[in-house]
Amino acid sequence: MPVLLEVTLKSVVLVFVLLTGFAYLSLVERKVLARMQARIGPNRAGPMGLLQPVADGLKLIFKESITPAQVDKPMYFLAPVLVVVPALILFAVIPVGKGPTFQLASDINVGALYVVGVMGVAVYGITLAGWASNNKYAALGGLRASAQVISYELGMGLSIVAVVLMASSASLAEIVEAQMPGNILGWFVFRQPVAAAIFAVTAMAELARAPFDLVEAEQELTAGFMTEYSGMKFALFFMGEYVKMIAVSALFVTFFLGGWSGPFVDQVPILSVGYFALKVVACLLLMIWARATLPRMRYDRLMGFGWKVLTPVAIANVIVTALLIVLGVPGYR
Amino acid sequence: MGLKEVLTRIPVGFITVLKTVTRKPVTIQYPEEQKPMSARFRGRHHLKRYEDGLERCIGCALCAAACPADAIYVEAAENTNEERYSPGERYAKTYEINMLRCIFCGYCEDACPTNAIVLEPIEFPTGYTRESLIYTKSMLLESPPINVPATPQRTPPGKYDRAILPFPPIDESQ
Repeated sequence: MPVLLEVTLKSVVLVFVLLTGFAYLSLVERKVLARMQARIGPNRAGPMGLLQPVADGLKLIFKESITPAQVDKPMYFLAPVLVVVPALILFAVIPVGKGPTFQLASDINVGALYVVGVMGVAVYGITLAGWASNNKYAALGGLRASAQVISYELGMGLSIVAVVLMASSASLAEIVEAQMPGNILGWFVFRQPVAAAIFAVTAMAELARAPFDLVEAEQELTAGFMTEYSGMKFALFFMGEYVKMIAVSALFVTFFLGGWSGPFVDQVPILSVGYFALKVVACLLLMIWARATLPRMRYDRLMGFGWKVLTPVAIANVIVTALLIVLGVPGYR
Repeated sequence: MGLKEVLTRIPVGFITVLKTVTRKPVTIQYPEEQKPMSARFRGRHHLKRYEDGLERCIGCALCAAACPADAIYVEAAENTNEERYSPGERYAKTYEINMLRCIFCGYCEDACPTNAIVLEPIEFPTGYTRESLIYTKSMLLESPPINVPATPQRTPPGKYDRAILPFPPIDESQ
């Protein structure tokens, strides 16, 4: 029973932190994006616009929730849930700090597989939304989502394989431990730069964010898979996207940036959570930066890039890493 | 796009975006901050006065006739020497502009024989109700010059027998 209580408490705290994080991430994104485009950004609601997420939330709650007549009702209502839930449960295996206190279930030995599986499920929500909406724009958005995922999941999985090879474990806690021989060069971003680059690109594609936001390409598809969603159902998609952004950043930090590692974590364990959060925020800012810079990729080029560049490079990377490990090259154990 | 372009041009884009962050925003905090407007900009209407405080408008309703949007309503009444609003026989008892109908074309300005109505680049009509956007004469009429009595004035007989006074025309650069 105490275990159940502990897990419940941790889950509640985690969900609370993630939802607050989502709300303020949307504000930070709008603010930073505005500055990157030489605009001012939202600053009306509360001091410096700090109450903007509250205002947005209230607005969305009071919006009429329209269910179009032609939709496939069960699927239509299931889709937003299918987007949000995987984004939230991704965090179950991520060690957000040093020791078991800051881990929900991160000592499970198939953490990396769990991550790949859950991320794959998240896309079904988008595809389903596109299909169930019974709308041409939505259907095209859903179609693009599935095509995008098929092209990118492989590269992402293979880049994680390289990390698992390096750590000789699929447990996320052990992957973090494997990156700490005492200095920053132990991070997998330095020991596995190719895998890190592939993961970064595929993660952005997985998130369906600019420059890979084909599924909701406003200029071509109105709002893509979200076209028929309004009110809180739309808010759920929005929430799913941003929570997934945080989760994927957390994964990048765990796999490549040494997780919660940092100076003085042995003396003050709580610092590790701070380091983790700091690294996640840096990743998020990088993502916003990329969004402000890069134009949307063309649909066919995106698939070509996934199949003809990322996947072969990722396979080659796995082979080379395996060889280096077998040969016992220093730094590759 | 070849590998060379990817490695050279995309970083340039990223750095350009980063440089923009340090730049002053090109947008302004409207309405606290406003950009200067052309002196000839046609904003909201003002009803002008002569230097002695009398209204320029003589209630002829040529502006209402010229208005393509039918936004102006004028009702004229007779001046007397005891209660004089404007030089000449008549003045505008009611003068209303429906700002929701007005298209700010400035034809009323052109039609006015006394230069009474002028569209100036200040004060945009805003409001929460339709009624509040029908501007009445008291809202449109500018206040008289300092130390000059407002209308109606008591005037000596025979002084104002012409509808247009020989004052210089309004300096529109003000």
